[in-house]
Amino acid sequence: MAAPLVELKDIVKTFGSVIALNGVTTSVDKGQVLCLLGDNGAGKSTLIKTLSGVHTPTSGQIYMEGQPVTFRSPRDAQRLGIATVHQHLSIQPLMSVSRNFFMGQEPTSERKWLGPLNLIKKDFADTTAREEMAKMGIDIRDPNQIVGTMSGGERQVLAIARAIYFGAKVLILDEPTAALGVKQAGVVLRYIAQVKAKGLAVVFITHNVHHAYPVADKFTILKRGQSYGTFMKEEVSREDVLAMMAGKEELDALEAELEEFARADDAKGKGGDSEFEAAAAAEHALAKSLHEESDHFKKG
Amino acid sequence: MASASAKTDERVRELSWFNRLLSRPEFGALSGAILVFVMFTIFAWDASTNSSGFLGWRAVVTWLKFSAEIGIIGIGATLLMIGGEFDLSVGSIIGMTSLILLAPIVLYGWAPWQAILLTLAVAVLLGWINGTLVNATGLPSFIVTLAFLYIYRGLTLVVTRALTGGATRVDIQALVGQNGIADVPQAREFIRSDRLAQLFSGEVWLSPKIVGFLGNIGLIPIQTRNVLDPATGQRTPMDLPIIDGIPVAVGWWIGLTILAIILLQRTQLGNWIFGTGGHAESARNMGVPTNRVKILLFMGTALCGTILSILQVFEAGSSEVLRGQLKEFEAIIVAVIGGTLLTGGYGSVAGAFWGALIYGMIARGTEIVRWMPNDWFRIFLGVGLLAAVLFNTYIRKRATEAK
Repeated sequence: MAAPLVELKDIVKTFGSVIALNGVTTSVDKGQVLCLLGDNGAGKSTLIKTLSGVHTPTSGQIYMEGQPVTFRSPRDAQRLGIATVHQHLSIQPLMSVSRNFFMGQEPTSERKWLGPLNLIKKDFADTTAREEMAKMGIDIRDPNQIVGTMSGGERQVLAIARAIYFGAKVLILDEPTAALGVKQAGVVLRYIAQVKAKGLAVVFITHNVHHAYPVADKFTILKRGQSYGTFMKEEVSREDVLAMMAGKEELDALEAELEEFARADDAKGKGGDSEFEAAAAAEHALAKSLHEESDHFKKG
Repeated sequence: MASASAKTDERVRELSWFNRLLSRPEFGALSGAILVFVMFTIFAWDASTNSSGFLGWRAVVTWLKFSAEIGIIGIGATLLMIGGEFDLSVGSIIGMTSLILLAPIVLYGWAPWQAILLTLAVAVLLGWINGTLVNATGLPSFIVTLAFLYIYRGLTLVVTRALTGGATRVDIQALVGQNGIADVPQAREFIRSDRLAQLFSGEVWLSPKIVGFLGNIGLIPIQTRNVLDPATGQRTPMDLPIIDGIPVAVGWWIGLTILAIILLQRTQLGNWIFGTGGHAESARNMGVPTNRVKILLFMGTALCGTILSILQVFEAGSSEVLRGQLKEFEAIIVAVIGGTLLTGGYGSVAGAFWGALIYGMIARGTEIVRWMPNDWFRIFLGVGLLAAVLFNTYIRKRATEAK
């Protein structure tokens, strides 16, 4: 079997005494959607920032098509075809569609000696922006329309269309559906499926299993900086994923705790030693979960 | 394609030409300029001659020149504001560069063109300092340049006193006695004979000839004036058109405005300026060198201030410690009236052009209209600024509201 398009091996990232990532291994191939799942603070952002060149890993190695690669800046990653679409950080709301589309990589004439004073080929920019958006199924009549007038889903699509146009092989989508309504989230999920069909590798970060499950081929579940495991879709059900993400033991503990409360309420009526025991058990469960939570915060 | 457009048609509203016009950033300033122009034309109406004093040749040149001076620094301020920053030090830079221009000429015998090049180089350096400090500290440019407002002004005072032995101005008069210069008019002539200095003094190229021609065919009134002959030092009465031509400042203003419009709307750097001011982190993510863009913009404001400074020095024949005071705010006023957002990322150089015209017409119009006390000027300006900001906020809301 050929090496996957992108492979992360034993990625460790520490910030001072904080271990943000502790040996995460995963991979994604062409035409595949990898879902990175995890609760807040699980290390999702650190992992994608490592993959997109914002952070350099403390140890571990990133491979592209089997070759080890090192990114010193986001530009290095972009050059190798890793494009990141951030939730809020990719779009200029007060600028037009075509200006946004070509931001930082404006099509200019041949007079390269002019540097950034070179004129933008406006007609080319307008038609290209319009065509690329049409390919994604969004018809913009006026490429000079201000992006601020577009819906949240359309803005994400603009960012995705732009990444594809500029030759992305790997598309990292950072919580693309987090701030969207049900319908808009559906729009974005459909485009993720389209991008996959074009043969790109997609890394989709989310904490919403219901958004992840329909489009994903593969799940990597992060918990407190560690990989809980990588699973193919065939191996796991939606419920399994949810359980792993929230933490099976934690959920069980929570359930048990709630049961204890219920029993304590029952016992209240009867009186006697059992009341004391139930109260003590509930207190113990609560203390344990609080302790775990504070641990969780300490480790970030 | 056809089905796609049919699908989205219900959500795309066809804007009428009026709505389109309304959503241009410079629309408010343009309509304001027309309003002010009509107002003062009526206010200055003279029933006896059946003409408006506001439209007289001399009056027009006066308010155009005033608009031009504020408009030149307004261009730099507008570009910088679109890029998301302010420069409050530009007024002090005007004072400082006036000294750097004139002192080498009158005290050290430099040729005017050498001094002009030095001054422009210093302007670039001052802009670089502002921009680099804003980038390096991450502090708001408002604070950084406020500090330099005082530093540059103070430096100008200290150096001027040291060079002149206690005075607060350097005067062209100090040239008298050097190079066979006998009096101040000859000193002025010495500066005007310099090729580079000619770009910054007198009238726009060819405009004296055109004005002369218009005078000959009777379109411009003729007046008898005493004209100095620099060769003989004699003043002789001559019949000349009532104005000399278009002041060179107006030429700079219009020329720089056109250049800046092309820069902002058509070049790659223009796109980067909008991006840097709109959302710097997003622009950086897309590979825009936002720090370098900001440094360039600070250099731009310093250069605009310096061009104004050179124009004023050659006109007044002196550099003064307090020259350019409050100009930093006037430049921002012009930009804001022109529709540029204080928060950056949106604005227009054409708007600043009309904003400067409004400023000049009000400032000089209150003098031309005899029954109107000139003291009113600031009240008009304050009200105009407030109205412009309210109008801009309204327009931006319209433009960015998601459907």
